[in-house]
Amino acid sequence: MKSILVIGVTSAIAKEVARNYARQGDSLYVLARAKDRLEQIVEDLRVRGAGAVSSGLLDVCDFDSHIATLDKAFAAMGHIDTVIVAHGTLPDQAACEASAEVALKEIQINATSTVSLLTHLANKLESQGGGTLAVITSVAGDRGRKSNYVYGSAKAMVSVFLEGLRHRLYRKGVNVLDIRPGFVDTPMTKNFAKGLLWAQPETVAAGIVSAVERRKNVVYLPFFWAWIMRAVRNLPDFLFLRTGL
Amino acid sequence: MKLSGWGRYPKVECQPQFPQTGTDVVQLLERGPEGTFIARGLGRSYGDSALAEATLHSAYLDYFRSFDAESGMLRCASGVSLATILEVVVPKGWFLPVTPGTKFVTLGGAVASDVHGKNHHIDGCFSEFVESISVATCRGVVECSRSENTELFRATCGGMGLTGVILEVELRLKRISSSYIESTTIKTQNLSDTVAVLDEYRSATYSVAWIDCLSTGNALGRSLVMLGEHSEEGELHLGSGARLFVPCDMPGILLNGMTMQAFNSIYYHRVTRDHTHSLVHYEPYFYPLDGVRNWNRLYGSAGFLQYQFVIPRDAGMAGMTEILNRLAKSKQGSFLAVLKLFGKENRNHLSFPLGGYTLALDLKYSPEVLALLDELDRIVLDAGGRIYLAKDARMSKMVFQAGYPRWEAFSRLRHEWGAHRVFNSAQSQRLGL
Ligand SMILES: Cc1cc2nc3c(=O)[nH]c(=O)nc-3n(C[C@H](O)[C@H](O)[C@H](O)COP(=O)(O)OP(=O)(O)OC[C@H]3O[C@@H](n4cnc5c(N)ncnc54)[C@H](O)[C@@H]3O)c2cc1C
Ligand SMILES: NC(=O)c1ccc[n+]([C@@H]2O[C@H](COP(=O)([O-])OP(=O)(O)OC[C@H]3O[C@@H](n4cnc5c(N)ncnc54)[C@H](OP(=O)(O)O)[C@@H]3O)[C@@H](O)[C@H]2O)c1
Repeated sequence: MKSILVIGVTSAIAKEVARNYARQGDSLYVLARAKDRLEQIVEDLRVRGAGAVSSGLLDVCDFDSHIATLDKAFAAMGHIDTVIVAHGTLPDQAACEASAEVALKEIQINATSTVSLLTHLANKLESQGGGTLAVITSVAGDRGRKSNYVYGSAKAMVSVFLEGLRHRLYRKGVNVLDIRPGFVDTPMTKNFAKGLLWAQPETVAAGIVSAVERRKNVVYLPFFWAWIMRAVRNLPDFLFLRTGL
Repeated sequence: MKLSGWGRYPKVECQPQFPQTGTDVVQLLERGPEGTFIARGLGRSYGDSALAEATLHSAYLDYFRSFDAESGMLRCASGVSLATILEVVVPKGWFLPVTPGTKFVTLGGAVASDVHGKNHHIDGCFSEFVESISVATCRGVVECSRSENTELFRATCGGMGLTGVILEVELRLKRISSSYIESTTIKTQNLSDTVAVLDEYRSATYSVAWIDCLSTGNALGRSLVMLGEHSEEGELHLGSGARLFVPCDMPGILLNGMTMQAFNSIYYHRVTRDHTHSLVHYEPYFYPLDGVRNWNRLYGSAGFLQYQFVIPRDAGMAGMTEILNRLAKSKQGSFLAVLKLFGKENRNHLSFPLGGYTLALDLKYSPEVLALLDELDRIVLDAGGRIYLAKDARMSKMVFQAGYPRWEAFSRLRHEWGAHRVFNSAQSQRLGL
C-alpha cells in the first residue's frame, strides 16, 4: 500500500489518477481549493477502495500557505511515495495579449506557483530519501505557438525546472516525472470541438500511473503525441511561422 | 455542437453544459436556461429524449457517496455509470438488481427511463430497487422516495428527465456469490412455441428470446430462448474491457436484406441442440454488444431506429404474429430482435413495461422504415400496447397519449413543479408534453 499526495485533485485528470490509486487500496492526501468538490472526492475515493483519505484546502496562488500545507500533509502521511501536481488553467490567449496583468496571473497559476510547490516538495523528498515527483505540464510547452504561447511558456518553464530537479535528485533516489498530455476532454477544454486526437481523462490517468510505476522521466500521453510533437519541434521556422497552429 | 442518441437519428444542434456539483446545477436552473433544456447521461437512449437546445451533461457528476458492503445500499451521483458501479461492487459480492443490455448508461439515465432487464417478469423495473433520489427541480433540490414527495418520485422514475435533474440515487443492490451465470439456451420452432417456453420457464431469474425475424410461414417467430441464474460457483471478478471498436461509419449498404437474413440464419443454426447449458461470465451474458465499442456506426451515417413495443398478455400472440408477418413482408430486416415476457406494470406515470410481451427491433433509417413503423404503431395500439420512450425517435403525439394514459397526470405534475417551462426535450415537444 502506497501513500500518494495529489495537488489540484479536483482536476478531471488528477481525480482519475486518484481513483486509480484508490482502486489499488493506496492511501491518499488530496489538496484543492474548492471545498465542496474536495469533500465529494474524499468520500468517492473511500467508496472506491482507498486506504486512508485525508484532505486539505489549497489555493496555489496563496504562496504563503504552501509550506504549512505541505508540512501538514507530510506529517499526516509520514512517508509519501508519489506526489502528483495537476493544477492549472487554460488562459484566454486574446486576454493575455491585451493585458500584461492577465498574462502574469496565468504565469503565476501555471508556472511560479508550481515552482514554489516543487521547491518545497523536492527538499522534502530529498530528505525522505526517495519518492516520485510527477507533474502535469503539457505538449504546449514544446514550442511557442500564437494560439497559446502564454500557457505554453508557463508549461515550458515547469518542464525545464523539472529537468533540472531530475538532474539534482538523480542520485537521491527521487524520480522526477514530466507528464505532457495532448488534448484531453476535461472541464478545461469543454468549449472545444472534439476530434480523433482527443483522449479521455481515464486513459491519460492510466498512462500517468503506469509512467510513475516505470520511473519514466518524460511521458507524452497518449503516446502518439511524442511523434506529433517531434514533428512540430522539428518544423523549420520558415514553415512553422506560416502555419495557423 | 450536433448531438444525437445512440441511433444517430435525429441529429440536433445542442449547447452542452457540464456542471461539476449539485450546486452548479441549481445555479444553472436559477439563472433560468433559455430555450429547451434537458439532462443527458451517456446518450444511450436511441432517439431524441436527451436532445434539446441546451443539454446538461452528468459526466462530472460521477461521485460515489456511500456504500455499505454489509447491506448492499449504495448512494451515487447520477452521472456514475453502471459499468463503474459493477467495478466497485462486484468484487465485494454485489450486483445490479436490474440491468439493461449495456452497462454504459448512467444511473440517472437508468432511473429516468426506469429501465428493465431480463428479470422484469420477476423483479420489475429499476425503480423497484431505488430507495430514494434527489432531484434538482425548478423549486430547489428535493429528496423523494416512496414515502416522501411520492408523486414526484413516481413521475421522475421513468419521467425522461422532464421533472428535473436527478442528482443522486440510492440503490439497493443484489447479493451474488459468483460473477458467473448458469445459462440455458432453448431452441424453439415458431412463435407459439417461443411464447410457451417463456411462460413455462417464468420462474427463471433471467429470460429473453432472440427471434429470427426473417423466418416466415411455419417458422415465423422461431427463437433461441435464453435463461439464466446466478451461479454459486466461480470467483467474483470483473470481465475484460471492450476488445473491438468500429472506428468510422460503415457504408450502410453492408447491412442489407441479404446479410441480415444470413446473419439471422447463422445465429439460429449455431445452436444445434434443443437445450444447451453453459457457465458464462456476466459480461458476455448481459452485455454482448459492449465488447464492440461504437457498434452503432455499423448502420452508416444515416443512423438507425430501435422500435420497442409491449402488448398485453391477452393480445400477445395475435398482435405479435401480425407484427412479425408485417416485418418479414417488408424485408426491412432487423439485426437484433429481442422478445421478452414482462411482469406487472408499476405505478410510475411513464414507465414502459406492462404485463405482456415486448419486442425490440433495430431498423436502419429510411423513409420507408418510418412509414412501416407508423403501420406497426397502429397494430400495437389496437392491441392495447405502447412504445418505449427510451428507444423512440418518431412516434406521434396521438400514439403516445393512447399508449400512456397517465400522461395527463404527468403533465399536471410538470405544471405544479414549473418543470414545463424549463425541462423540454426534442422528444417531449414532439409528444406534446
Ligand atoms: C445496446 C443497448 C441496450 C439497451 N438495453 C436496454 C434494456 O435491456 N432495457 C432498457 O430498459 N433499456 C435498454 N437500453 C436503453 C437505455 O438503458 C436507456 O436509454 C437509458 O436511459 C440510457 O441511459 P443514458 O445514461 O445513456 O441516458 P441518456 O440516453 O443520455 O438519456 C436518457 C433519458 O434520461 C434522462 N436523463 C439522463 N440523465 C438524467 C439525470 N441525471 N436526471 C434526469 N434525467 C436524466 C434524459 O433526459 C433522457 O430523457 C439499451 C440501450 C442500448 C444502447
Ligand atoms: N485538458 C487538456 O487538454 C490538457 C492538456 C495538457 C495539459 N493539461 C494540464 O493538465 C492539468 C489538469 O487539467 P485538467 O485537464 O484536468 O483540467 P481541469 O479539470 O480544469 O483541472 C484544472 C484544475 O486546476 C485547479 N486550479 C486552477 N487554479 C487553481 C488555484 N489557484 N489553486 C488551486 N487549484 C487551482 C482547478 O481547480 P478549480 O476547479 O477549483 O478551478 C482544477 O481542479 C493542468 O495542469 C492542465 O494544464 C490539460
